[in-house]
Amino acid sequence: MTIDPIHPPILEVAGLTMRFGGILALNDISFEVKQGSISALIGPNGAGKTTVFNCLTGFYKATEGQIVLHTPRAAIDLINILGQPFRASDFINPAAFADRLYYKMFGGTHRVTRAGIARTFQNVRLFKEMTAIENLLVAQHLQLNRHLMAGLLQTAAYRQSERDALERAYAWLKVFGLAEDANRLAGELPYGHQRRLEIARAMCTGPRLLCLDEPAAGLNPRETAELSELIRRLRDEHEVTILLIEHDMGLVMGLSEHIVVLDYGEVIADGDPRTVAHHPAVLAAYLGTEAVNDDES
Amino acid sequence: MPFTTALPATTGVRWTLVFRQAVLEATAAFALALLLLGPIVGLVLDGYEVKNELQRPLLIAAIIAIGRFLVALAMHTPAGQAMLERFNARRRQPGVLVVSIPESNRQRWWLLVIIALALSLPFLASKYWLTVLIQAMIYVLLGLGLNIVVGLAGLLDLGYVAFYAVGAYGLALGAQYLDLGFWSALPLAAMLAALFGCILGFPVLRMHGDYLAIVTLGFGEIIRLVLNNWLEFTGGPNGVAAPAPQLFGLEFTRTAKEGGVPFHEYFQIAYDPTHRFIFIYLALFLIVCLMVVVVTRLRNMPVGRAWEALREDEIACRALGINHVLVKLSAFMMGATVGGIAGVFFATYQGFINPTSFNFFESALIVAIVVLGGLGSTTGVIVAAVVLTILPELLRAFADYRVFTFGVLMVLMMIWRPRGLIRPRRRAFEVKGLCP
Repeated sequence: MTIDPIHPPILEVAGLTMRFGGILALNDISFEVKQGSISALIGPNGAGKTTVFNCLTGFYKATEGQIVLHTPRAAIDLINILGQPFRASDFINPAAFADRLYYKMFGGTHRVTRAGIARTFQNVRLFKEMTAIENLLVAQHLQLNRHLMAGLLQTAAYRQSERDALERAYAWLKVFGLAEDANRLAGELPYGHQRRLEIARAMCTGPRLLCLDEPAAGLNPRETAELSELIRRLRDEHEVTILLIEHDMGLVMGLSEHIVVLDYGEVIADGDPRTVAHHPAVLAAYLGTEAVNDDES
Repeated sequence: MPFTTALPATTGVRWTLVFRQAVLEATAAFALALLLLGPIVGLVLDGYEVKNELQRPLLIAAIIAIGRFLVALAMHTPAGQAMLERFNARRRQPGVLVVSIPESNRQRWWLLVIIALALSLPFLASKYWLTVLIQAMIYVLLGLGLNIVVGLAGLLDLGYVAFYAVGAYGLALGAQYLDLGFWSALPLAAMLAALFGCILGFPVLRMHGDYLAIVTLGFGEIIRLVLNNWLEFTGGPNGVAAPAPQLFGLEFTRTAKEGGVPFHEYFQIAYDPTHRFIFIYLALFLIVCLMVVVVTRLRNMPVGRAWEALREDEIACRALGINHVLVKLSAFMMGATVGGIAGVFFATYQGFINPTSFNFFESALIVAIVVLGGLGSTTGVIVAAVVLTILPELLRAFADYRVFTFGVLMVLMMIWRPRGLIRPRRRAFEVKGLCP
């Protein structure tokens, strides 16, 4: 793959393989996401889309392969920061050993978020018994003054940090049209609002790449159209790259600039919406044609 | 639900139906009562013989049936219907209340009254009631500590008494081996308990719910068994003496040890053994107030919010960049610290401790305090702790039924108030100029 100088990739996935025991869930997946783009990951049920997401966001440790996130400062190997088992060579090379030990002790999913990837979930996972604004405050955890003594003594710096967090949270609620719901419990909000609140919460972590897992699931057509507009606005105004999984083809085709199609854990097509929509393998995967079946055998 | 079914409009027909229903329910209650009480009350063991006194359960069952009948009728009067409606309405409300700050300001006056009352109590109460109050305060402290772990972080800890024991033994053994006084042992024992919290925390971090409960239960027992069996170090079942507190070097004893000055001689008042308890009570009250402030602030701090978020959804927490391991560990350590402080006060107030004070029943009692008070509610925990320690003292006559009453209370609470006595409250946030 050649590197486009104007749109450098923000995320590179190469040879990603995921095995659950004897089941090969993902087989040698490679794709890249360009900076500032809206990309989509589609495929029939059980194709492995959510597995890819879970590997990207650190919920699964990939069996093989590389996932690299490019940040202005450095390229981060997302699999390394999850903490890997020791290898024989580590016991000779102390630097590698120390590195691995560090990530084994302090690495984990949260590191991926700190590197700049935020995600939402297929089934909304809000903190239901906390208010909407508190949900957003929790998401800002890392940007706040977390010093125990500062908080207990309510120092000026601590109060300033809390005030800033509150203002940021309100600002995000406004972007998502949820300002009225600020002090309501997240679990009581209507479903559409909960979906939006979850995206707002992900944005509060200050991500460079936002991964949305079926953001339009359960929304009515009007809400879906609003969501599509919102996602585009996030990309344009808030400098975030978006990668989404979605079954609503209308939304995917209208919104995304780049589509990766998965089937049975493999990438079967990769390109802009027009090419993908007419790709024979994609048509075969969704509709099933004999010609392609012959082709494969 | 027989009460909520729409009844025919004609009053005559309606009351016939109500009457028939009430008779049916009363009969059912009679049968159930007879079944339950028959063997318990009806068969009396006298020496080696079993005497048959069936008229007693019959009488009790008849009283129950009449009562049930009257209640069933009363529920159909307008007043009864209104009560039922109120009751159902409360159940439909969400479990958590969001309040804005001005509303909570109104409670400040109540708070002042309670503090004044609590400060004047030791000077009015007898020595016996003073010890009861001290015990209540210790349980308040334990409840506040466990509330961090169970109520806020949502980690069910059934071995909390272990930290209590570490605190208590920290004082007693610290005095015996390192010659520590009460005030120097207080922070050290709290830190020791935090260390134990950390030791327990590490292996259990990957567990949830039931597994965590079992591991912590085991941990509590391990501590107790070690204290019981390590004769050379802890004195085993014989226990150890714990030192009494001092006020700037003044001792609360009739005659001081080498070189010390007793409190009553310094102030030239008559010796009174209650001085010691008054002093412990006041120190404890100060610590409890401090803890309430600390816990209230912690809840609104990033770490407190992270605890609650972790209780709500651990996976979402990880996706937000929160290191769930450290957050869980901090909750465990904070809870353990408070438990340790409570243990130090327990030891100094008893003057002597042995492992029997730290059995599983204590852990269960503390969990009950937290659950009854309402998981996460500071006020609820304080009320529950005071009620659960003072009520058994008031009902000394029924001491045999204490655990039984306790069980019944728990069952009833879980049916009617599953969220605890006090509904958890959340603070509403407002920002000037940004609020809608």
